[in-house]
Order: sequence, then structure tokens, then C-alpha cells
Amino acid sequence: MAEVLVLVDHVDGDVRKSTAELLTAAARLGEPSAVFVGAGAQEAAEFLGRYGAAKVYAVESAEVTDHLVAPVAEVLASLVEKTSPAAVLLPASNDGREIGARLALKTSSGLITDAVDVTPADGGVQTVQSVFAGSYTVTSVVTQGSPVITLKPNSVPVAEAQGAATVEALEAQVSDAAKSARITERKEKAASGRPSLTEAAIVVSGGRGTAGDFSPVEAFADSLGAAVGASRAAVDAGWYPHSAQVGQTGVSVSPQLYVAAGISGAIQHRAGMQTSKTIVAVNKDAEAPIFELVDYGVVGDLFAVLPQATQEIQARKG
Amino acid sequence: MNIVVLVKYVPDAQGDRSFEADNTTDREGVDGLLSELDEYAVEEALTLVESGDGEVTVLTMGPDDAAAAVKKGLQMGAHKGVHVCDDALAGSDAVATSLVLAEAIRKLGQVDLVLTGLASTDGSMSVVPAMLAERLGLPQVTFASELSVDGSTLTARRDDESASLTVEASLPAVVSVTDQINEPRYPSFKGIMAAKKKPVETWSLADLGVDVAQVGLDASWSPVTAVEARPPRSQGEVVTDEGEGGKALAEFLASRKFV
Repeated sequence: MAEVLVLVDHVDGDVRKSTAELLTAAARLGEPSAVFVGAGAQEAAEFLGRYGAAKVYAVESAEVTDHLVAPVAEVLASLVEKTSPAAVLLPASNDGREIGARLALKTSSGLITDAVDVTPADGGVQTVQSVFAGSYTVTSVVTQGSPVITLKPNSVPVAEAQGAATVEALEAQVSDAAKSARITERKEKAASGRPSLTEAAIVVSGGRGTAGDFSPVEAFADSLGAAVGASRAAVDAGWYPHSAQVGQTGVSVSPQLYVAAGISGAIQHRAGMQTSKTIVAVNKDAEAPIFELVDYGVVGDLFAVLPQATQEIQARKG
Repeated sequence: MNIVVLVKYVPDAQGDRSFEADNTTDREGVDGLLSELDEYAVEEALTLVESGDGEVTVLTMGPDDAAAAVKKGLQMGAHKGVHVCDDALAGSDAVATSLVLAEAIRKLGQVDLVLTGLASTDGSMSVVPAMLAERLGLPQVTFASELSVDGSTLTARRDDESASLTVEASLPAVVSVTDQINEPRYPSFKGIMAAKKKPVETWSLADLGVDVAQVGLDASWSPVTAVEARPPRSQGEVVTDEGEGGKALAEFLASRKFV
């Protein structure tokens, strides 16, 4: 069976849940092999094996990690040449898409970004994407090379596999051209203790209606174990960091549950959350367009509704 | 400093966007405009040139209508425009688009900086800047939320979910900017009048020496095989809070097993 390469998404060795989804999807196409760049491959191997990786290619080289995007694409290209994989799966992050873009050119392979499903097809790989703010579903077939696919988080239910991964250290040969954009400083962001926005099963976002006070939004999110997002209006006003912005010009999320609090639902915001499975809104304005999308809506003041809901949820949890 | 800014004419997201029978985006039946995210790249280019010298060229690839994206760039203050327009380009994917744009940038000659938005607002792939860097053999500095140029060195800030990075590269380079980098200017009346006199060149694939077999729908390595309109979401229950709205919300979430 042909290998399927999966680029591992991790923060300082902590593998993200989305990687388990990539490995599960990879197992449909062939034998998953994880590609781990950075320190901690040995420790991560147990997790990677549990989700189906038979092999972990470990690349631990400052030449790769000290430069933007290009060296990882080179590492993957050399692995593609060596293993002729049935596909290469990457996380649908900024880095993942760009690494995929360069890899597709280097290996003359078809590229699909932000797939929500991937299945084997006659002579290749078939993907499904959700486009134009979720208003269309598009099916494509990659016909050339080793299909390079970035997969959106929360698209594929994870399945555990029996097995253990063997770690194979890889010497990276990085060209001078790939070292032309150097990372000179890296400031880690303080961990919020909440799940990451793109991966969370539940996202609670606040907008203009918070008037700058996100405390009821955060408390409600914490009662549900949710990530916190924000609308562009809230970010532009300086009430919440840009990294939390959900929408066309921010992060696109597709959780099981999305709660919009004090967000009217402009088209740009909808573009970033419309594919969420269940949508809930709380807004004082009964005419807000967000209510057209909801599975459940409360017309009311978020400063009254959210704290009451938070209290009720905490009571139910005992 | 000579800066090329890539601009794209896209269907208006406020309108009803749709597809043609061959699964390509319908660009005839809908209103188009300059992709909102490109305005940040135009603004950054103008700012860089204003604080030194050089000129800004706006470059687009697309059908006749796409000239409107070039025009908006010129109205904002760019010095000249190039429009790559050829019937054979219809349906080109990102791989083909990056090939054509790379050849157009080469043809422009001495370019110090290629600036783009972080994504187009229609395809939203965010891959063309990385592909251009790969094709042109230039440093790739993407998703810049701050940018400064000192002599031949550029420094940028790039944020990801877990960290804030400082990235350094030497010119020439390909840089994409986020919507955090600046506040794009509106074209002034003077700018709109001046734009009418600015030179715009139209290039065909033959002008760029690109083989028609490498572009268009048939050249795609990942062709679309089916397009399906999603039925609009049917509206769920909406209640009005009369003191018990929070409890009702919790009840709904519990009924869906979120609690």
C-alpha cells in the first residue's frame, strides 16, 4: 500500500487534534506516515501511532525551523520523491496552505486547499470543499502527481487505530534559496487555557453588542469548554485581539456549535462561521441578519441572557 | 524602489455568487470589484514609495472587466497599470495563475518588491504569493501585519496562533500583507481624475511567452467535477427574552447534548 504523508501540526511538541483528523483521513487513501518537524518527535510518536501513523519521519534542524515555509516544502518534496505517496495531507493553516502551494509546484502535483472531505477516487483522490461562504459545495479530483491537500479542522471524525509508529530520523538538506526569509525573533503568546479557535468543538464569539466587555462571553465560553472569538467590529475597536477574529478577513471556523453574542451577522462574519454545525445567536436586535442562520436564537441583552445561561449550565453540570 | 502590487477583480460577496456550466466562477452575471484585501497592499506600496522614491505598478490578470481593479489602484495613487488579458486564461487555477503572474513580473524588469493581499476574497486560497516566491526564486514574507524596509533589508511581523514572529529578508522579495497593516485610503477626486491619464498596458499570453496549453480550465491538475448549491439554512426557533432567555438557551444546548 502506498504511503500517505501527513505534516504534523504541533506547538512545542504538543500535537494538535487536527493531526489526528489528518491521519484518519490519510488511512482512507493508503498507509499514513507522519512528518514531524522540530523537537519532540519521539515523544509524539505514541500519539501519532494511536491514530494510524506507521512511520514518523523526524526532522530536527534549525535550518528548517528558523526560516519561513520554504524549507519544510523542500523536506516534503524530497520525501515525495523518495516515497511516491498516494497523497500529502497538511493542516489548513496559513503555514499548511503555503507549504502545500510550494510543494505542489515542486512536485507538479494538483493542490486542493481547505477540503472538508477526502476519499479515494478512480486514478486519484476526490475532495469536497465548501465555498462562497458555505453557499456551495464543490467536488474536485486531483489528476496529477501526488495530490497535495490541506484539510480543515473538524471535518473528519477521528478514529483510533491499533499500532505503533517507528521513528526515522531524516537529514534535511536545505538550499540557500529556501533560507532567504529568516525568523529572527519568536514571541510565544500567553496561553489562554481555552481551546484553540480553529480546533475547538464549540466557539462563542462576541461583537459590537459587548460594548467592549467580553466578560459574560468568556464566562459563558468557559462553562461550555469553548474557544472565544470576536467579530471584526469588536477587533477593530480594540476590544479583542485580531487572532480571535472570525470572518472573511480573519479565522474561518467550523465547530459543532457556534454562539454569536451581540453580533449582527454581516456577510463577512458569516463567511467565517456559516459551516458550523449548530448556530446560536443572542442579540438585542430581532432584525439582525444572524437570526436567519440560527438553529436557536434569543432576542435579548447578552448581559442578561449569557450570565443566566452560564449559571444554568454550571448548575446542570453539578 | 519599484513595487508591483497584485490586484484581483472579484465577484461582490454581497451579491449572489454562482458558477457557470463548466464549474468555473460566474464572472458575467454578477457585479465585481477590487478584492477588498488588495487595498491594504496598494496602500502599503504607496506609503513605502512616498517615504522614499520609485513607482508603484498595479498588475492584474483577468477578463476585460478586471481593468476595474487596475483603475481603482491607479485612483488610489499607483503610477501605472498592467492588465494580462487573454481568452485562454478563463478557468485558470492557482498554479496557472501564478505562472502567468510570474512571467508578467519578469517582463516588468527591475522589481524590488512584489506586494499582495493575504488572499483574494473569492478563491480565498492564500497560495499565490507562496507560489510566486517559489517560481521567481525570491524570499517569501507572507501575512505581514507590520512591514519596514531599510536599504535592501525588509523586516516584517507575522502572527500565527501560538506566536508572533519577526521575519527578515533581503530585497527583492514577495510580501503579502494582512488587513492589520494599515488603513487604506479612499481615492480623492484629484486621484480619480489623474488616474484617467495614467498608462495601462494590456498583455496577452503571447506577449509573455506563455503557452496556452499551460493555462485555462483544461490545464488544471485538480479540476472541479461537480458544484452543488447548498440549500439555505432554514431558520430555527427564535425566542424573546422576558427574563428566562438564558435558561431557555441552556435548555436548548442541553437538548443538543452540548452541556
